[in-house]
Amino acid sequence: MGRFDPYENNGGTCVAIAGTDYCVVAADTRLSVGYSILTRDHSKIAHLADKCVLASSGFQGDVKALQKNLSAKELVYEHNHNKKMSCPAMAQLLSNTLYYKRFFPYYAFNVLGGLDSQGKGCVFTYDAVGSYERTGYSAQGTGAALMMPVLDNQLKSPSPLLLPARDAVTPLSESDAVDLVKDVFASATERDIYTGDKVEIVVINRSGSHRECIELRKD
Amino acid sequence: MRLDVSAMENSFTGQVNDCAGLFGAGADMPGMELPTCTDFDGFQKETKELMKNKKGTTTLAFIFDKGVIVAADSRASMGGYISSQTVRKIIEINPYMLGTMAGGAADCQFWHRNLGIKCRLHELANKRRISVAGASKMLANILYSYRGMGLSIGTMIAGWDEKGPGLYYVDSEGARLVGTRFSVGSGSLYAYGILDEGYRFEMSVEEAGELARRAIYHATFRDGASGGCVSVYHVGPNGWKKLSGDDVGELHYQFYPAQVTPVEQEMADAPAA
Repeated sequence: MGRFDPYENNGGTCVAIAGTDYCVVAADTRLSVGYSILTRDHSKIAHLADKCVLASSGFQGDVKALQKNLSAKELVYEHNHNKKMSCPAMAQLLSNTLYYKRFFPYYAFNVLGGLDSQGKGCVFTYDAVGSYERTGYSAQGTGAALMMPVLDNQLKSPSPLLLPARDAVTPLSESDAVDLVKDVFASATERDIYTGDKVEIVVINRSGSHRECIELRKD
Repeated sequence: MRLDVSAMENSFTGQVNDCAGLFGAGADMPGMELPTCTDFDGFQKETKELMKNKKGTTTLAFIFDKGVIVAADSRASMGGYISSQTVRKIIEINPYMLGTMAGGAADCQFWHRNLGIKCRLHELANKRRISVAGASKMLANILYSYRGMGLSIGTMIAGWDEKGPGLYYVDSEGARLVGTRFSVGSGSLYAYGILDEGYRFEMSVEEAGELARRAIYHATFRDGASGGCVSVYHVGPNGWKKLSGDDVGELHYQFYPAQVTPVEQEMADAPAA
């Protein structure tokens, strides 16, 4: 019979792009098991704080548990410190939460996006056990290897590790970033069987967050 | 043996105005959850395949008369896919101690941060800084208690304490070695070649930094799992300072400037003839 396998890959791709004063977080809405599509309308995005949004692909059962866990911890933080968690604080919390399950991991590939305490866009990218890095853009999930080269081509800026530090290339405007996200999802949908149906795009900026859904190929 | 899970204990459980009871959010974090299965090591091996962080990296550190030089590349690979070219592999534990990252990125990040916390607590409890030997011993003991459970860490702890410059190699198998020259990772073989050839105990800080930079560059040239940027740090009596950060692609043309080939020149001349 074989041992019970606690994991399952539900597929899908998540992307986030950070700008000077905005952040775009997007994920497709297809949920698959093997070659079957279970639903075309499942959101992979969770609003953890007003300027902080998490998108996760992988095993959606673990993703759901992780989102609930983080929301609860955020609430406790608010009660203790009398303020909402900032995005960099949530980034560290997510890393620790993932690492606490180092020996029975959350099968979740996360991208955290939002505004930092200075109002600048920030994106944090994770592996399944909590190693993280602040970057300008990132993709995770089954279509990530298809999307990252396109994002690198459009958005790559001099490494933050360079000394003397070099200025990052002028980032895109908010509408250009959203258009790039739409294009990159359209491309990944062509070549990844697990990505498609719809893409949910959340934009966070000074005035709050705004959500739109764009149709993708359903085959 | 009793597992040392003190590092994993949630800070909520210790608070005076205990919110753990209210929500239960703090209460369910006694330590690390273990899966219920007989073949623990096998399960770990399988789940590790999900994470797939290999020791694809090059890091090095050496002691010389003016302190310690620490250098690393910045590539993270998951199998054949480059997941990042901008990873910080030199971790600042505190202003006078550095740690390098090789192996599992999450393992290194978490335990180095944990070590930094323990070092700070030591300072507060003992009113003096912890020694490099002490810090490396703390880390080595923790890693030894997790031996066989699948952690993957190959790190060097470099710092300056009352005894002068200190360098220790600590890994997830439980090894802790004192030494003057170390290189860790898949590119370490290439780095050792350059490092051993050019090393002298008496060097200026610039010369030592340049040697480290060249060694990492040559490792990135030959090892597919290493690349990105070379970062070089110097640890002196007043703490660490970053000496250089260079993109390896650009560094190549500094060492091997591009030359115009004769064939191209011929082709340029042909139409006129």
